[in-house]
Amino acid sequence: MTKPLAHPAAAERFNQDEPYVDWHDETLWFVRQKRDRASKALPEWEDLRETASRIKNHVLSNLDVLLEEFERNAQANGVTVHWATDAREHNKTVLRIMQGVGATQLVKSKSMLTEECHLNHFLAEKGIDVIDSDLGERIVQLREEPPSHIVMPAIHLKKADIGEIFHEKLGTEKGATDPQYLTEAARQHLRQTFLTRKAALTGVNFAIAETGGFVVCTNEGNADMGAHLADVHIASMGFEKIIPKANHLGVFLRLLARSATGQPSTTYSSHFHRPRPGQQMHLILVDNGRSNQLGRPEFRNSLKCIRCGACMNTCPVYRRSGGHSYHNAVAGPIGAILAPNLDMRQNADLPFASTLCGSCSNVCPVKIDIDKQLYLWRQVLAKDGYVGGVKEAGLNVAAKVLASPTLYRWSFRVGRSVMRTVPFVVENRFNPWFHDREMPAAPKESFREWWAKNRNGEHGAGSEESIRSTPQAVSVS
Amino acid sequence: MSSREKILAAVRQNKPDLQPLPERIAFGERPNDVVGQFKTVLQAIGATVVEAPTHAEVRARVRETFPDFTNVAVAVSELADLADFSLSVADPHELEHVNLAILPGAFGVAENGAVWLSETEIGPHRVLPFVTQHLALIVAEENVLASMHEAYERLRVNETGFGVFIAGPSKTADIEQSLVIGAHGARSLVVYVLGASGSTR
Repeated sequence: MTKPLAHPAAAERFNQDEPYVDWHDETLWFVRQKRDRASKALPEWEDLRETASRIKNHVLSNLDVLLEEFERNAQANGVTVHWATDAREHNKTVLRIMQGVGATQLVKSKSMLTEECHLNHFLAEKGIDVIDSDLGERIVQLREEPPSHIVMPAIHLKKADIGEIFHEKLGTEKGATDPQYLTEAARQHLRQTFLTRKAALTGVNFAIAETGGFVVCTNEGNADMGAHLADVHIASMGFEKIIPKANHLGVFLRLLARSATGQPSTTYSSHFHRPRPGQQMHLILVDNGRSNQLGRPEFRNSLKCIRCGACMNTCPVYRRSGGHSYHNAVAGPIGAILAPNLDMRQNADLPFASTLCGSCSNVCPVKIDIDKQLYLWRQVLAKDGYVGGVKEAGLNVAAKVLASPTLYRWSFRVGRSVMRTVPFVVENRFNPWFHDREMPAAPKESFREWWAKNRNGEHGAGSEESIRSTPQAVSVS
Repeated sequence: MSSREKILAAVRQNKPDLQPLPERIAFGERPNDVVGQFKTVLQAIGATVVEAPTHAEVRARVRETFPDFTNVAVAVSELADLADFSLSVADPHELEHVNLAILPGAFGVAENGAVWLSETEIGPHRVLPFVTQHLALIVAEENVLASMHEAYERLRVNETGFGVFIAGPSKTADIEQSLVIGAHGARSLVVYVLGASGSTR
């Protein structure tokens, strides 16, 4: 597989159309504001977050026991449980189940796991026709591109783009952009799909160990339309989606939709326990690197994620670079801490696609310390040699300079002089730092030099030593 | 070693020390007017609320809202006379022509306007509340709970093979965040709230 465009280059491309970037930024911020209104309407919001976080901490610490309990109960319910160590095994399992019932077509509701596993591509190669039934996913599928957001897959598109692809593929009127009209066209088109598919695949939001059932949340009703009409229902889940008890859903369902879109609930929260008479129900438990992540103490709690997307909607970098710039099934801050575990070399750029402002951690409904993990991944990636030449060389120089006060003072004196007299040496297209910044004029002398010249001896605090040892000295204006 | 054994072995090796489950898992104060909140939230999420003291009143209001509707499926015994579509079909695909389904809700939830339906309420075909063009649910006032915590206290999720919280009509905002009611599920939802407050209307 060819290496995708790195985040900075992809973000630069995204930023070429300024009004478009502004629109993208504002659209996501609007969703963030809806989330704020919903969360602030519940005085118990922080209790819910803390409780959800603690339930998930328990899950990670007791995962083997819960998985076995879930499997036992699901099997007793008549659900066939499969285990897949990686994406390939997951995909082959789906294919085998479909071949078992002679199905050559699959209708699929939203599942980020199948994006992670590149299931559509795999099945297409085997001659299986896959139709994504979530409206946003169907739109990006018709455009032959991946989703750009885990909750709103087509959030990067304008309605004119959607009108165009629908005109081409679904025969809607040319130039039509009315969302009502376009949604109705998709409804009619997908209704025929639901009515004719023998096999349906859904994701899983939560799987309940004590009852062996699972919950799927949608607004459109597409997961249910697929699952209840098909002869075989396949549900795919990363194994971390387990929760111990059904009444824990009270906590998680209160948080999920409010965090995702600001709704008090998704329209449908469907609880599947047993196949309907004559139907087969299969559930695939997928590892694909998760057990490895579980073994990294500083990164394991990324597995608490319930895929609400709140961290993306709030992220200043995501909002201004778009989901595709993350070249990973899950974009944004959470994607940037999950992706290096899947492939460090390919995804080494992602933990740097952040300002470390911490907004992601503040909105996370299960209290994942996303910003801290972004920072820690940078250390790991640099130490293991995955950080590219220029950045690594720059950081090495910085480390040496910052470790030596003499070298530090000397280099800044030279730097100021260069910026004043020959600014083009640093302000040029070869220095990425200047691409999007206007630099202030460099002063002739540093504060330290000014202090030594003008205030030396005052308050008995003028010596080099006292400057170094008095933190307040730097805040004197 | 099977994939199952491989995964479980890796998990056992890599999991952290056991963390306790929190003891308290329900939060928030009960509002004074639970039924009132239920109605307000339902309207906010795109549903229509109709207050009705009796099933006779529900019948009259259904005829008013859905005049001359054909292919009406009903799973409420008191309103069986409104049905012209039999649910005793073998193949769920036959339900594609249902225009209106009238179903009892087991209970409603005030905080989010959700109504719980299991196979006990839905009947033999799980797809019914999704495939129908329009959905009408009947919820008795005394069956309106305050929160999802109360809901899961009352609920046995595995009592039947399938159950669902339905909160409003199907919807999407996948095109430029413009809200469109009527995605793949029901195009509209009317909730008939059955009880005393309807009679003082």
